Amino acid sequence: MNEVGFFSQHAGEILQATLEHVWLVGATMLLAIAIGVPLGILVARRPWLSKPILGSANVAETIPSLALLGFLLPVPWLGDRADRVAITALTLYALLPIIRNTAAGITGVDPAVREAARGMGMTPRQILFQVELPLSLSTVLAGIRVATVLTIGVATIAAAVGAGGLGEFIFRGLALVNNQLILAGAIPAAALALLADFFVSVLERRLRPAR
Amino acid sequence: MSIDTSAGPEAIIEFRDTGYRLPAGQVLLQNVSFTVRRGETLVLLGRSGAGKTTALKLINRLAEPTNGQVLVEGRSTLDWDAIALRRHIGYVIQETGLFPHYTVEQNISLVPRLEGWPTERIHSRAQELLALVGLDAAQFLRRYPHELSGGQRQRIGVARALAADPPILLMDEPFGALDPLTRMEIRREFLALQERLKKTIVIVTHDTSEALLLGTRIGLIEDGALKGLYSPKDFLHSSEPVAAAYVAQLHALEEFERGQ
Repeated sequence: MNEVGFFSQHAGEILQATLEHVWLVGATMLLAIAIGVPLGILVARRPWLSKPILGSANVAETIPSLALLGFLLPVPWLGDRADRVAITALTLYALLPIIRNTAAGITGVDPAVREAARGMGMTPRQILFQVELPLSLSTVLAGIRVATVLTIGVATIAAAVGAGGLGEFIFRGLALVNNQLILAGAIPAAALALLADFFVSVLERRLRPAR
Repeated sequence: MSIDTSAGPEAIIEFRDTGYRLPAGQVLLQNVSFTVRRGETLVLLGRSGAGKTTALKLINRLAEPTNGQVLVEGRSTLDWDAIALRRHIGYVIQETGLFPHYTVEQNISLVPRLEGWPTERIHSRAQELLALVGLDAAQFLRRYPHELSGGQRQRIGVARALAADPPILLMDEPFGALDPLTRMEIRREFLALQERLKKTIVIVTHDTSEALLLGTRIGLIEDGALKGLYSPKDFLHSSEPVAAAYVAQLHALEEFERGQ
C-alpha cells in the first residue's frame, strides 16, 4: 500500500487526531500567553525578578518531556485527565520564549518615548497599555510564534499519557515498526507547525511598528 | 552670590534651596534657589551633565527633590498629584519622544484624549495646533513620525506639548538635534509663537546664542549649582568667569571673521 492510499484510507482518524492536537496546542498557548505575558511585564518592571522567573522557566525547559509528564501524572486533579497533564506540561515548556520576548520588547521601548509619556502625565497603566505593549507587540508575537511551533512538536509526546493528538500515530508506528503510521502523525504535525509559523509571522510583520 | 530669590506674586515656579542626589549618592543639584515669573522665558544654560535637565524634571516631578522643595503655582510638587501636575505642564524633549505607532494627529491629541475631551473638540484642536506650528493639517495629520523630517518632528513635539493649553512649558534641548539652518528657522517661529501665547517657559540648552536669543532671563548652571541669573544684556557683560567664558566662546566666531 502506498502512502497516498494509506492516508486517504485513514483520513477520518488523521483528522480526528489533528483536531485533538490543535486542541492541546490551542489550550496550551492560551494558558501560556495568559501567564507568560504578565510575567514578562513583571520581569521588565522589576529587574531583580528576572533571575528567579527566567531561571525557573529555563529549568522547566530542561526537564525531559516524558519525565515531566510522568511527574505530573500523580498530581491530584491534574492526573485525573490525560489532557490536563499534557496541557500543564506543554504550558511549562511554552512559557520561556513568551516571558523572555515580552520582557525584551518592553525593555526595548525607546526611553525617550517612555519619558515623553510620563512627562505628559500618562499613568503607569496607560503607558503600559497604550505605549509599551503596542510597541512591543511584534516582539511578543515572535515569542508566541516560537512557543507555538515548539508546542506543536512537543505535543506529539502527549500521546504517551493517553492525551491523544498526532503522537498517537507516531507511538503506534514505533511499536509496530510501521513507517506509514509514523508519517501519518509526523506529516500533519509538521504541516501544522509550518502553518502556525506562517500565520503568526504575517501578523508579526503587520504589527511591527514603523521606525 | 547675587541671586534674586524673592518670590514675588508673579512667581509661578520656585526653587527653594533645592537639591537632588541620586540614590547612589552622587549630587546632581545643590542648594538651588530661583523663581520663574509668569510669562517669562527662563533659559537654563550649562554644560552637559551640569544638572539642567535634572532641574527641569524636578518641575514636572519626573524627579523629586532630595533637599528643599520646588513649588509650582505656590504648591510643592510633592503636594500636587503627579499626573495632574504633568498635564498642567507641557514637556518637549530633544528626541521628541513622539509615539512611533501613533499618527501625527494621535500624537498631538494625546493629552486632550487622556483628559476626556469630546472627539470633535479634539479634532479641531489638532487642526489648530498644526496651524500654530506652521504645518499643513491636510498634509500632516495622517502621517507617522518616521515620515517626517527632524524639524517637522520637533514642531509636532511642540504642538503636542501645547495641546491642552498648559500655562507652563518645559523644553529640554528642544532644537539641539536639528541642523543649524532649521534650528534658526524654528527658533524664530518659537519667538513668534511665544509672542502670541505668553506661556511661562523654561528651556534647557548648552547653546549660548540660543540662550541669548530666546531667554528673557538666563540661569547659568555649573556643577549642580546656580551660578547666577542674568538678563541677556547683563549676561553679555558679566564678569562672572563662567558666564564670561560662554561669551568669549560666542565672540570667537567674530574674531575668526575679522581675521578673514
